[in-house]
Amino acid sequence: MGEMAAEPAAGQFGIGQSVRRIEDPRLLKGQGRFIDDVNRPGQCHAWFVRSPHGHARIQGIDAAGARAMPGVLAVFTGADLAAEGLGGMPTKAAVKNRDGSAMKTLPRHALARDVVRHVGDTVAMVVAETREQARDAAETLAGAVDYEILPAVTTIADATAPGAPQLFAEAPGNVAFDWMQGDAAAVARAFAAAHHVARRTTVHNRLVVAAMEPRGGLGEYDTATDRYTLTTPTQGLTEVHKMVADYGLGVPAAQLRVVTTDVGGGFGMKNYAYPDQLLLPWAARKLGRPVKWYAERADSFMCDAQARDHETTVEIALDKDGRFLAIRTVWLANLGAYLTQSGPFIPTLGGPRLVTGTYAVPAAVCESKGIVTNTVFIDAYRGAGKPEAIYALECAVDQAARELDMDPAELRLRNLVRPEQMPWRMGSGQVIDCGNFPKNLDLALQAADYAALPARKAASRAAGKLRGFGLSSYCDPSGFRDGRVRIAFDPSGSVQLFLTAQTNGQGHETTFAQILHQRLGVPFAKIRVVQGDSDAVGFGSGTGGSRSVTVAGVGILRCAEEIEAKGKAIAAKLLEAAEGDIVFSPGTGRFDIAGTDRGLSIMEVAKASFAWDNVPDGQSLGLDASFHNVQRRPNWPNGCHAAEVEIDPDTGTPALLNFIAVNDFGVVVNPMLLEAQVVGGIAQGIGQAMVEDCRYDPETGQLVTGSFMDYCVPRATDMPPIAWVAHEVPTATNPLGVKGCGEAGCSGSLAAIMNAVNDALAQVGAGPVEMPARAETIWKALASARYLKP
Amino acid sequence: MYEFAYHRPASLAEAKTKHGGDDDRRYLAGGMTLLPTLKHRLARPTDLVDLARIGELAGISVAGNTVSIGAMTKHAAVAASAEVAKAIPALAHLASLIGDRQVRNRGTIGGSVANNDPAADYPAALLGLGATVHTDKRSIAADDFFQGMFATALEPGELITKISFPVPQKAAYQKFPNPASRYAMVGVFVAVTGGGPRVAVTGAGANGVFRVTAMEEALKGGWSADRLKGIAVPADGLNSDIHASAEYRAHLIGVMARRAVAAAG
Amino acid sequence: MAKHHVTTTINGESVEFLCDTRQTLLDVLRDELELTGSKEGCASGDCGACSVLVDGRLVCSCLVLGVEAEGKSIETIEGMAKGDKLHPLQQKFLEHAALQCGICTPGFLVAAKALLDSNPNPTETEVRYWLAGNLCRCTGYDKIIRAVLDAAAEMRGETHG
Repeated sequence: MGEMAAEPAAGQFGIGQSVRRIEDPRLLKGQGRFIDDVNRPGQCHAWFVRSPHGHARIQGIDAAGARAMPGVLAVFTGADLAAEGLGGMPTKAAVKNRDGSAMKTLPRHALARDVVRHVGDTVAMVVAETREQARDAAETLAGAVDYEILPAVTTIADATAPGAPQLFAEAPGNVAFDWMQGDAAAVARAFAAAHHVARRTTVHNRLVVAAMEPRGGLGEYDTATDRYTLTTPTQGLTEVHKMVADYGLGVPAAQLRVVTTDVGGGFGMKNYAYPDQLLLPWAARKLGRPVKWYAERADSFMCDAQARDHETTVEIALDKDGRFLAIRTVWLANLGAYLTQSGPFIPTLGGPRLVTGTYAVPAAVCESKGIVTNTVFIDAYRGAGKPEAIYALECAVDQAARELDMDPAELRLRNLVRPEQMPWRMGSGQVIDCGNFPKNLDLALQAADYAALPARKAASRAAGKLRGFGLSSYCDPSGFRDGRVRIAFDPSGSVQLFLTAQTNGQGHETTFAQILHQRLGVPFAKIRVVQGDSDAVGFGSGTGGSRSVTVAGVGILRCAEEIEAKGKAIAAKLLEAAEGDIVFSPGTGRFDIAGTDRGLSIMEVAKASFAWDNVPDGQSLGLDASFHNVQRRPNWPNGCHAAEVEIDPDTGTPALLNFIAVNDFGVVVNPMLLEAQVVGGIAQGIGQAMVEDCRYDPETGQLVTGSFMDYCVPRATDMPPIAWVAHEVPTATNPLGVKGCGEAGCSGSLAAIMNAVNDALAQVGAGPVEMPARAETIWKALASARYLKP
Repeated sequence: MYEFAYHRPASLAEAKTKHGGDDDRRYLAGGMTLLPTLKHRLARPTDLVDLARIGELAGISVAGNTVSIGAMTKHAAVAASAEVAKAIPALAHLASLIGDRQVRNRGTIGGSVANNDPAADYPAALLGLGATVHTDKRSIAADDFFQGMFATALEPGELITKISFPVPQKAAYQKFPNPASRYAMVGVFVAVTGGGPRVAVTGAGANGVFRVTAMEEALKGGWSADRLKGIAVPADGLNSDIHASAEYRAHLIGVMARRAVAAAG
Repeated sequence: MAKHHVTTTINGESVEFLCDTRQTLLDVLRDELELTGSKEGCASGDCGACSVLVDGRLVCSCLVLGVEAEGKSIETIEGMAKGDKLHPLQQKFLEHAALQCGICTPGFLVAAKALLDSNPNPTETEVRYWLAGNLCRCTGYDKIIRAVLDAAAEMRGETHG
């Protein structure tokens, strides 16, 4: 149990309370300030020319016509950036091939130099007085780009086929890396001795992230101070800051200020830099004016990082009792046209650490290849490899149960890591510290009334329907990496909490104020959380990987320790007592002389801390502290999700009847916001499993699902009731006892739904089918199993 | 959007004058298709003639055995109309399934019919009920009006004023929506009118809405879903796209038709 | 091209503005009248983030031309709260944490207000169908639906917030 968890809750605003969000009144009144709401006097507007082709060579660009159009201030192409040695966008993911060699770096430029590699690849930037004028000129310019169309490939199979069009000379066969992890020899021995080997290949459908706020930015340059400002939605400033300073501007980071105001959803997609973010401040200096850009939704579909798109084969070796002896995973990842800042991380470090999931499997090996294709680049999306891994594994477990004619719940129970086996070292080397996986399963089965499932299935059959039930046992390593925290009291009686974590909907202004309030007894209303200004928060990782509550939360504790120590010294001086006699009570925020009723509140100490006479010689005035926290070990949120579906065989339509989510998030800071996060994640899982599907024309590379009319984002009518069962086991991996919750909903939900669909189909010898569980897909599976009535 | 001039006529006659039969001038009804088209720069009209303030184009009336709906009547108004619900409940039901609430509050029956989107709902009702399209010049039977994908019998500048529907003995609409767009992936409208059974299909045909005569013939023998069993609509001539193959659409026509017949009672 | 002069009522106040024919009502609200609470999420009527009421009817302001607003009464998110006093829907969204990133929220609130204006006692299914034109990527809708039902109950006087 973490040290904080043992302490009493600090009233209605402390840890464990469903405190209402501080950020909500402004958002509810329409006073949120998103990038489209940020404008400057005298600003001009950018529009981008995007490639209409999946793969083409740029023979030439004749910008004269566009430059002459009304209101046009400038046209920039890749040659302009190249002339200044700017515009490169290298990946930061350093992946090693299985032979030990380093992954090849593939070129990527903010504006294409000679070849465009996906529809929407950025070719040129037009700046004009108004958005419409920029758009008019961009349209003209788009017609003045001379392309030699090259053959395109969009799928893993096509890209890796002999004779396939090649995207990069540096990546023969379109393979960017060939990676492996695990003990292949041990796995081979286990498979040789196995009673049965179950094998399942799953296709992890490509998704459009579709945050409801399109991206945008405002670039500014101040001649007087020779300083740039980029205002843009991010999930943390640092990744964008480094890329824009280093590669977009070629200036020291201190010469660039990056600002993020309210962010309309990120989900991983707004974590890393985009071409426009490099170009806007660069153009602002050239033109001497602020340059604004706000994407239209078509840009979001073509130019924002997309998600998933993996084919994963999982083989499980079982003994005669159904115990897992070893797991072999072969992972093929379609990474799109470019290696983004973190794209190669997803199918290597991101997912494969989870190839044995929640099971006590002695041996495992994972091979993974990163494939480039003429599709939009892939980057992190809610889980970044973790949902992919859990999905592939949990589908394979159900496949094994079907092949062995075992109850899938029983097969899981036999193989789950038991509490007494904790800490459990996985084949990937990761260590799960705590959790009660069999209990999660049991709770899910109880909530689902599993005992009565056969009767429900029979009732459905009698009504001409097919009912299926699916389970997914998951764990979701979260909360590692770094983040910076600073706590600064001021002489007027308030305190600011600076975070490199960046809310994009999570409610940081509330959650982190709760932790600070609990730890130092600062009045909740006196706390102001500051995010999104690089001049204020400094360098440090932002929000992603379900890390913020762990990384920033622990950072707050570390700062608080320092503040408590400083406060004791000041209180001792003010109270004319020995420092060793001062005791601090976090619950009340008081520094008292032990055994007396004489003392001072932390706010009194804070005010006094700015007076020279009150601070011991050699110590800093004021009451503040900063801590750049690194969490080297993840924590392990886990749980068991269950879904029940009913299929209408006449049309193949699946109805998601209910969804059960048993989850362990350790100590919970704000139960209401935690549930909101996880249900939101489950909804994205339901979307992926049921309806979402990003499609390209395989011949031309055209994006076929380029709008909400063709790409289905779930609506209010698509969501089932979700039963919420909490089963918290606090972790000792961090002093708060918390586990990350942002991505777990995606990791847990996918396989539960698809296992339910395929359970329904298996009853009539049909399936399994892949995501999304479209009605036609199911209908075809039933038809090929000859189940359908004529 | 490209630049255009905007006109807001107060009468049908003025609207006709403003349009003048010029193909580069467009009438603006609900704008639910036209405005996105303009915003995506897929059309470049010189003028928009807004029909919203022309009183003679709006309103619902029932006289004898006919329901008349003015061209500028919103989908939401049809869906909520007690008169329509009483006379042709299937028509009110169909209107309630179009798009979403925001679309139903702006989109008009005249605009939908004139646009003849191959996945729109209203064309199925017009064809299924044997409705009549009234324009400023003439009256056109639904069977003659729809002439293929986005094509109608309307001449340049010709304006729909109202649609009149015969009150059927029975009717029903069953829709299998495209999950993304909420247009019909397949929608089947069935009815029994003075001219006998009619079965009209939208969303599926490569040339837009069409009637299934084999089903109509079968239903002449008695109004029962069972009579449609085994009647296959050939996949040839049906749409195949990322949302559904022609084979699946063909199958859905059968399912939706049987369900519609059953629902009509 | 000459600008059009338009006279409207917005949130109960008479408002006149000049606009280009190409400007949508959303453009006018945001760019000319500094009413930025209505958001552009897709600009093609698919997401509902720009929802406003025109003569009491819920529409996407991105698919209404500014010139069409002549003589109309417009209600936007800015008119919902009375000073610091939140509308019951806003209050229930706050209590249920029915928003996360908040960019779709103004559209949902306006849409939900239109529902409760016409149907003070909707079923859950009716709420879900009514709000099907508003996309949210964060919440999974569940807390939004609860908040609307709870606000409806309170506005009927069945509960006391």
